Amino acid sequence: MRHRLISSRLAAVGVLGFLLLNYPLLSLVDLPLMVLGIPLLWIYLYLVWGALIAVLALILRKAE
Amino acid sequence: MSGWLVVVISGCYLGVLFAVAYWGDRRKDAGRSVISNGTIYALSLAVYATSWTFYGSVGRAADTGAGFLPIYLGPTIMAAFWWFLLRSMIRSSKRHRITSLADLVAHRYGNSAVLGGLVTVIAVIGIVPYIALQLKAVSDTFALLRSGAVTVSHESATTPVLQDTALYVALSLAAFTILFGTRHLDASERHEGMVAAIALESCVKLVAFLAGGLYVTFGIFDGVGDLVNRAASNAETAALFTLQPHTSYQSWFWLIVLSMFAILFLPRQFQVAVVENVDERHLNTAIWLFPLYLLAINLFVLPIAIGGLLVFGRGDVNPDTFVLALPIATDQPLIALTVFVGGLSAATGMVIVETIALATMVSNSLVLPSLLWFERRLSRTPVTSGPAAAGAGLPLASFGYGGDLGRLTLRIRRTTIVGVLLLGYAYFRLAGEGPALVAIGLVSFAAVAQFAPAIIGGLLWRGGTRNGALVGLLAGFAVWTYTLLLPTFARSGWLPESFLVEGPWGVGLLRPEQLFGLHGMDDISHGMFWSMLLNAGCYVVVSMIGRDREPRHFATLRVGTELTGLDGEPAGLSRVSVDELQILLQRFLGTEAAKNVLEDYLRARENPNSPLATSRVADGELVRQVEVLLSGAVGTTSARVMVASVVNENEPLYVDEVMDILDEASQVLAYSRELERKSRELERATAELREANERLQDLDRLKDEFVSSVSHELRTPLTSIRAFSEILRDNLDLPGAEREKFLRIVVDETERLTRLINQVLDMSKLASGTVQWNITDVDLGGVIQDSATACEQLFEQRGAQLTVSVPPCVPAIRADRDRLVQVMLNLLSNAAKFCAPVDGQVSVTLCTEHDDLRVDVTDNGDGIPPTDQERIFERFQQGPRAGNGGDHGTGLGLPISHEIIRHFGGRFWVQSTPRHGATFSFTVPMQPIRAGRKADV
Repeated sequence: MRHRLISSRLAAVGVLGFLLLNYPLLSLVDLPLMVLGIPLLWIYLYLVWGALIAVLALILRKAE
Repeated sequence: MSGWLVVVISGCYLGVLFAVAYWGDRRKDAGRSVISNGTIYALSLAVYATSWTFYGSVGRAADTGAGFLPIYLGPTIMAAFWWFLLRSMIRSSKRHRITSLADLVAHRYGNSAVLGGLVTVIAVIGIVPYIALQLKAVSDTFALLRSGAVTVSHESATTPVLQDTALYVALSLAAFTILFGTRHLDASERHEGMVAAIALESCVKLVAFLAGGLYVTFGIFDGVGDLVNRAASNAETAALFTLQPHTSYQSWFWLIVLSMFAILFLPRQFQVAVVENVDERHLNTAIWLFPLYLLAINLFVLPIAIGGLLVFGRGDVNPDTFVLALPIATDQPLIALTVFVGGLSAATGMVIVETIALATMVSNSLVLPSLLWFERRLSRTPVTSGPAAAGAGLPLASFGYGGDLGRLTLRIRRTTIVGVLLLGYAYFRLAGEGPALVAIGLVSFAAVAQFAPAIIGGLLWRGGTRNGALVGLLAGFAVWTYTLLLPTFARSGWLPESFLVEGPWGVGLLRPEQLFGLHGMDDISHGMFWSMLLNAGCYVVVSMIGRDREPRHFATLRVGTELTGLDGEPAGLSRVSVDELQILLQRFLGTEAAKNVLEDYLRARENPNSPLATSRVADGELVRQVEVLLSGAVGTTSARVMVASVVNENEPLYVDEVMDILDEASQVLAYSRELERKSRELERATAELREANERLQDLDRLKDEFVSSVSHELRTPLTSIRAFSEILRDNLDLPGAEREKFLRIVVDETERLTRLINQVLDMSKLASGTVQWNITDVDLGGVIQDSATACEQLFEQRGAQLTVSVPPCVPAIRADRDRLVQVMLNLLSNAAKFCAPVDGQVSVTLCTEHDDLRVDVTDNGDGIPPTDQERIFERFQQGPRAGNGGDHGTGLGLPISHEIIRHFGGRFWVQSTPRHGATFSFTVPMQPIRAGRKADV
C-alpha cells in the first residue's frame, strides 16, 4: 500500500536521524576541528538536521 | 525605557492577538476556516518553542555549547514517526471525541476514570513549574527592559505580592486565556481563533529571535566566523565547540528521547496537534515544516551565546537573558523591544494553550467525574444505564442534561485556568531564584514522558491492560517525583541538603540522584532511566499477569492503527435489561426478528426461579448471544462496540459513532462483495472464451475437412476429363460412337465441376449474407409441380415413382422463387438418389400447418441413422449416404437449402427411421417476417 510505503520510508529517515545524531557516530565529529571557520560539530549537527528535514519534505512531496 | 511604554506595547500586542483570535472564530462560524491549511498547523505546533526556548536555549548553549540542541533534534526525529503515531492519535481522537491526553489514556483502557484522573494529576504537577518558568521569563525581561540595565537584582522574593510584576502577568494571562479558550463550550473542544493567534505568535517569536540573532551576529560582531575566531582564543568559550566534556553522550541520548516524548505528550502539543487538527492531511506539511521552524529559531542560539560570553564574560549577566541584554547593552532599544515582544509571545502562547489543555483535563477527567460520583453516593438512587446517565468523562454527554452542566463545565474550566496560573505564580515566588526554575523545563518533560508507555504501548500492543497502565504510570510518576522533583525542592531549600547528599534517613542507597548507587549519570538521564524502566516494566509485567483475568468477551476492539477501548467489566456483572438488548437488535434485525429471537431464548431457558424471568435483567449468556447475532449483521467489531455501549454504562453510544463503524464495515463488505462478483464474472468470461475457442477449433476442423473433401470432389471429375481428353488426343482414329461417348463424359464432368463450384460460391454467399434475394409472390404449389416435372427424367432413370400431392388452393407466399425451386430440386434429387433401388417410391405433399405452409418429401430408402440427422444440415458435412451409388454430391445441397428456408423464416428438419426411409420437411410462413430473419442469415 502507498500509505505503508510512505510510513516506512519516513520511519527509516527517523531511525537514520536517531543514529546519525547519537553516540557513537556523533563522537566521530565531536572534535576540536574547524571547517570553513566554524566548529565541525556545529556544522555537522545543523547539516544533518537540515538534510533530514529535506528528505522528509521530499518523501512527502513525492507522496502528493 | 519607560515601564508604562512596555506595558502599553505588550497590551497592544495582546490586543492584536485577541483580534486575530476573534476574527478566526468568526471565520469558523461562517464556515471559512482560516486555520485549515498545513502551514498554519505547523506554525501552531511551534507552540513547542516557549520562552524556555527563546531565552533558555541561549543560557544552556552558554554552558554546554551544542548541548541545548537535543531538545529540538528529538522532535525532528519524532516528526518522521508522526505519519503513523500522530495520525493514529488524531483519528482515534476524532472518532471517539477525545479532547485531552487524559481522555486518550482513559479511553484506551476501558474508559477508566481512575487512569484519566491520574494522568491529569501528573500533567498538572508536571506542568505548573513550567508555567512558573514562563512567568519568570516575562517578569525578568520586563524588569530588564524597564531598568535599561543588563543586570537586575531579583527582588521578587522580597517584593510585596501586590507589587510583583509576575502576579499581574499571571492574572492578565489568566484573563486572556479565559477569553480565548472558555468563551463558550464547543462540542469538539476546538478553538480555531486561538490556533490562529498561536500561529501568529509563532511568526512573531521567530522574527523577533532572528532579528536579535542577526543583530548580535552581524551588528555587534562581524559574522559567525568572527565570533568563532574570537571564541577560539579563550579556552572557556573554545570548549563550547565540542560536546565533551560538558555533555555526556548519555545525557545527549536521554535528552533526545525525552524531547521525542515531549513533542507528543505535552498537553499543549496534544491540544494543537490532535484536538485542534482540522484535517489529518495537514500532517504532510507539518512533518517537515515544523522541524524546519525549529531549525530556523535555533540558528542563532550559538552565536548569541558566544557573543554574550565575549561581551559580558561569565559574571553578573544571566546567560538566559543574553538575547535581550546584548541589544540593551549596545543601546538598541528598538531591537530590545522586538526581542521582548518575541519572548512575550513565546510565553503567552505556551501559557494559553497549556492552561486550556489542563483546564479541559481537570474539568473532564477530574472534577466532573468526582462530582457525579459524589452525587451518586449522596442520592443513592439506582442509575439507569444508557447514554443519558453516562459519560461523565465525555463532555458531549453533558449536553444530555441541557445547558446546566455546560455552564458548570465552563465555570470549572475558568477556575482551573486561574488556579493553574496562580499555582504557577506561587511556585515562582517560592522557588525564587533557586536552580529549581532553571532545570524545571526538562523535569516537566520527564513528567509527561511518563505517559509514553501507556499511550505508545496501547497503540502498538493489544495486550496492554488498564491495571498495567495504572501501575506503570504510578510507578513512573513516583520515581519521577523522587529522583527529579524532590531534588529540585532540596536545592531550593525546601528539603534538607542531607536528603540529596546522604539520602533519606542517611541511607546512601536511596540517594535520589544516585538511586541504588547508580552514578555517573546526570540527574535527567538518571531520573529518566529509573522512571522509564519501572514505568514500562510495570506496564508490561502487570498487563501480562492480568491478561487472563480480563474478560474474554470484551477483547481489544481494534488493534493497530487506533487506540482502543477495553471494557473492564465482565458481561455477567452488567445490569442491562432484556428490553434494551431487544431495542438494539431491532435496529439491525427488524422488530419481528428481534422479538422472536429473544422470546425463543427466554423460552428455552424457562425457569420460574431464574432472575431472567422475574426481573428481565439480561445475563452474560444472553449478552453473548446478542453479540453473536449482531456480528452476523454488522461484523464482530461493530457488534462488540454496540453491545458494549449498552452493557457498559460508562460508554454511551453515539449514533454517529456507530454510523461510522457501520459505514466502515459496510464499505469493507461491499468491497469484498464486489470482489466476489468480479471473480465470478471473470470465471464466466473464461468459460465463455473456452467454449468459443472450442467452437472455433471445431469450425476450423470442419473447414479443413470441407476443403479436403471439395478438393477431392474437384479432382475426381478433373481426372476423368483429363483421362478422356488424353485418349481423344492420342487416338485420333477412334470410332465415332466411342468418340461421342467420351466427349459426352467430358462435357458431363465439366458440368459437374461447374455445379460444384457454383454451390461452393453459393454457400459462401449465404454464409456471408451477400446474396441478392429476388422476393416476389410465389405459388409454392407451382414450385413443387415445376420441380417435379424437371426431375421426371431423373426418376425415370432410377426406375422410381414420384407422387405429388398439392391441394388446389394454396395461398401465395413472399419469397424468392428460384431459391425455392433450388430447395425442391435438391430434395427431389436426393430422394431420387437415396430411395430404394428397386421399386423406389418418393412422395411430395404440401399442406398448411397453422400459419405455415409445410412441404414433406418422403423416400423409401435406407433412412438416416439418428446420429447423423442433425449433422447433415451443418455446413461442410456430408451424410454417410453421400457418394454411395456413384452419383456424387457436394455435401452442400442440404446446408444451402437449410440456409434458404431459414432466410424465409421457416424450419427445415428430417425424420427418419433406419431402413424405413426418410422424410425431409420444411415450412415457409404465409406472412414472412422479413426484417427479423435478415439479421440471422
